Amino acid sequence: MSYTAIAVVGVAVAIVLDLAVLRTMLLTRRVFWTAYVIVVAFQLLTNGWLTGRDIVTYDEDAILGARLVHAPVEDLLFGFSLVVQTLAWWVWWGRRLGVTPARLGARGDASGVRASARVPRPGAGSASAP
Amino acid sequence: MLAFCLLGTLPLEVWLGVRVYRQWRRLALALLCVVPVFVAWDVYAVDAGHWRFDPDQTVGVVLPGGLPLEELLFFLVIPVCSVLALEAVRRVRGWPVGDER
Repeated sequence: MSYTAIAVVGVAVAIVLDLAVLRTMLLTRRVFWTAYVIVVAFQLLTNGWLTGRDIVTYDEDAILGARLVHAPVEDLLFGFSLVVQTLAWWVWWGRRLGVTPARLGARGDASGVRASARVPRPGAGSASAP
Repeated sequence: MLAFCLLGTLPLEVWLGVRVYRQWRRLALALLCVVPVFVAWDVYAVDAGHWRFDPDQTVGVVLPGGLPLEELLFFLVIPVCSVLALEAVRRVRGWPVGDER
């Protein structure tokens, strides 16, 4: 398979993982797309550097040939797949472990005792601060 | 490049208080689900000749499968940065991510 073909499969896997397998539904959320725009901007920067300096080089026969900031367009698909899969698993494990602060998007039910016990108080200095 | 990414996102943890590194167990589990998939893809791609890494511009530690050490670090750093980005947007905008209860 060419890089192009695998990259398309990679995107499909990520979409299915998010919407059907883990049902994290990130692709339907503003929070994901906003974060993704930020990540892509930095991807173009860092990936452009890696490819522009020939730290990574590509077989022209394995890609379509279209490039964006030195990098093959396939890298965007690769990055999308990586980011979606990572964030879907992050949310999934967050649900499972029940460690997510209920501060945001909470519907005010009293059952989230464990979660609310971990709610950070805005402005309360964290112990990890230097 | 990896240092740039780590240092560039560190303020999100320290000042914005996204608490991603603090949830290290959750982060490790998420990474464990993703990294093997992409390492496998990478090993295949290198083997098939889809891309290659310049030996002069990597530290020279090559892992089994033909990947430079940097590539493994890449697959740890980039997902961490993307989680930090997601949590930062949540923190700033207050939009639900899907793990709220």
